[in-house]
Amino acid sequence: MEKIRVALIGNPNVGKSQVFNNLTGGRAHVGNWPGKTVEKKEGTCVHKGVEMRIIDLPGTYSLTARSIDELIARDFIVEEKPDVVIDIVDASNLERNLYLTFQLLELGANVVIVLNKQDIAKSLGYEIDAKELSKLLEVPVIPTIATERIGMEELKDAVIEAARVKEKGRESIIHYGKPYDEIIPKIASILQRDKELSSKYPVRWLAIKILESDEEVLKLVSKSPVYDEVKLQLSEAKKILGEDIETALVEKRYSIISEVILPKAFKGARPLTLTDLLDKALLSKHLGIPIFLALWWALFRFTFDVSAPFSGLMDIFFSKLGEIASTYISDQQLASFVADGIFGGLGTVLTFLPPIYFLFLGLALLEDSGYLARAAFVMDRMMYKLGLHGRSFIPMLIGFGCNVPAVMATRTIDREEDRILTILVNPLMSCSARLPIYLLIGTAVLGVYAAAGTYSMYILGIALAILMALLFRRTIPYFKGKPSPLILELPLYAAPAIKTTLIHAWERGRVFLRKAGTIILLVIIAVWFLSNYPWEAVHQGEEVVIENSYVAMLGKILEPVFLPLGFNWMAAVALFFGFLAKEAVVGTFATMLGLGGEAEIGEVSTALQSAGVFTPLTGLAFMAFSLIYIPCMATVGIIHRETNSWKWTIFSVAYGLVLAYVVALTIVTFGRLVGFA
Amino acid sequence: MMATIPLAMLQENREAVIVEVRGGMGLTRRLAEMGFTNETRVKVLHSAPPGPLLVMVRGSRIALGRGIAMKIMVNPVEGD
Repeated sequence: MEKIRVALIGNPNVGKSQVFNNLTGGRAHVGNWPGKTVEKKEGTCVHKGVEMRIIDLPGTYSLTARSIDELIARDFIVEEKPDVVIDIVDASNLERNLYLTFQLLELGANVVIVLNKQDIAKSLGYEIDAKELSKLLEVPVIPTIATERIGMEELKDAVIEAARVKEKGRESIIHYGKPYDEIIPKIASILQRDKELSSKYPVRWLAIKILESDEEVLKLVSKSPVYDEVKLQLSEAKKILGEDIETALVEKRYSIISEVILPKAFKGARPLTLTDLLDKALLSKHLGIPIFLALWWALFRFTFDVSAPFSGLMDIFFSKLGEIASTYISDQQLASFVADGIFGGLGTVLTFLPPIYFLFLGLALLEDSGYLARAAFVMDRMMYKLGLHGRSFIPMLIGFGCNVPAVMATRTIDREEDRILTILVNPLMSCSARLPIYLLIGTAVLGVYAAAGTYSMYILGIALAILMALLFRRTIPYFKGKPSPLILELPLYAAPAIKTTLIHAWERGRVFLRKAGTIILLVIIAVWFLSNYPWEAVHQGEEVVIENSYVAMLGKILEPVFLPLGFNWMAAVALFFGFLAKEAVVGTFATMLGLGGEAEIGEVSTALQSAGVFTPLTGLAFMAFSLIYIPCMATVGIIHRETNSWKWTIFSVAYGLVLAYVVALTIVTFGRLVGFA
Repeated sequence: MMATIPLAMLQENREAVIVEVRGGMGLTRRLAEMGFTNETRVKVLHSAPPGPLLVMVRGSRIALGRGIAMKIMVNPVEGD
């Protein structure tokens, strides 16, 4: 079968994922671009005996070398030379969208334009002459409504046709006028003499990029034998055109769009739309934040209420499987391994899946409707003051439910530094799994102050997150400077496309299963081993004597470290298990106190009190420690996945531990000073 | 012709023409790519100091931090 490679590109919010899903049937291979945290999606589409490999490029406004997204898209088109580049243009926002189109044409890409959102453009009263546009730009223009799959067959036909024709030479349709039309060909002809360079890259594009002082292109050309000549031309050009040629060229492109293209192919005024009316309320000074908080609360309830029964079912299902396995497997060790190690581990991994799925479903609904960008607008000022980005707010709020989807939700933050900073402070948001610990210790040793103690943990978490964000911003060179200022397009409000949204949520869930899931499973099996071996010493008849296990030995080794905090070996073991998942802490105490893992929290609390493990002061310190150090293995797994860096993963674990220790020690020391035990 | 002012000072629902974008090269170019070029007409759709602004430019709605909007110098269009 004939095979071609097709790249998809477009501004954000143009319906690119819908086109991708329509073409590939929603079946995509999701990975990362080599060495980058940016997601890469690929799928296939077979049409009329041709297999099209569809590569989804990052959504971008431009093709300069300034952001990773732009560079990835540009490098792919320049280096990999796909047979066809589908440029998705929002018909309801033609002027700005054509800017990217111009850059693609200059790049010498074999472009097919998709004029999407015809329905919205019509409802706004816009008339776009697709034939005229096609004539002016010398490329096929296919009108579509991707949400209703209209125009997709025509698009596939056009792509195959374009791949056969492989027309070249369209790059010169953009005339910059004098003196550019003399300078650009002059530099291009110099570059043409470097055969190696000119066989690989369109020289006119290189010449333009050199005029723009594009760093990547200058680096590329600096190895060429004609570099000195080129540099001479550049400094000559700068004498005539001034230092900032790039901005001048951007202006030129826009003026060609608005003065040459639009008058011929576009008709329409800009009426007051429903979007403007909604924005009056949703962005308003007084209503904006309350509406945002209400919507967030709805999202939160949706996620955790709807998913709770599913998570419960997963848990029951795997415990049952475990029970069945242990009744049928006669060998005790193997039975325990299968029941507690494998099925217990799988259960833990899969109980995370429903909240992740539903959260991303809700989030995708908010995003596709156009609201999420408004939320960033509303929260921007406050977050900026805290050294974070407007878009950091949503992940922080999600963190109160579960840090795993919260870390994944940072993907909406475009600049990597801001994103990693948000990821680093996110675990300080007290997730729902930490609540049972506060309740347990609180009831055991804080008496009437149990509720106040619990509440104060949430406040402490928020305060520390703010402090750490400010501290990292000031002290770590990578985060130096202010958060990237807000420049964000607010799309028109629209009804979300359900299928695209469902696919989106499912992809997120799969990413979690594949990457974070495997790490969690491995560690759970490791801990099963540590707490069950040496087998004979731990399993004395029916009784499980955890004091004899490797993990208890570990606890005793760790005890001296925790002694200044007033924690004994039991607390150390509980913290060790809490590293896997905070859900495990209560159960661990139960097992160590001889109650069995299924004991009620009230019973454990009473036993904890009578065993005298904690004083009110050390209890509070333990709660704070549990709040601050890394929430669970799943979070570590997802931090690694999302930062794509062991350095940041280890850093987040390490600073969490150090901070937890320092805060707990402060509580104990200060408490003792003022006379508490 | 009214006096040149920063976009951040322009009142809601008023229109203006950009005369200069001050600021670092990176910012100037990024704004230019989003459509904020000289002689472009803009309209402030939403402005609630000291929060960000919502500006209509070339048919799209762009949210701008107030700091950035201080660097975009405009001539207000009279009679609006």
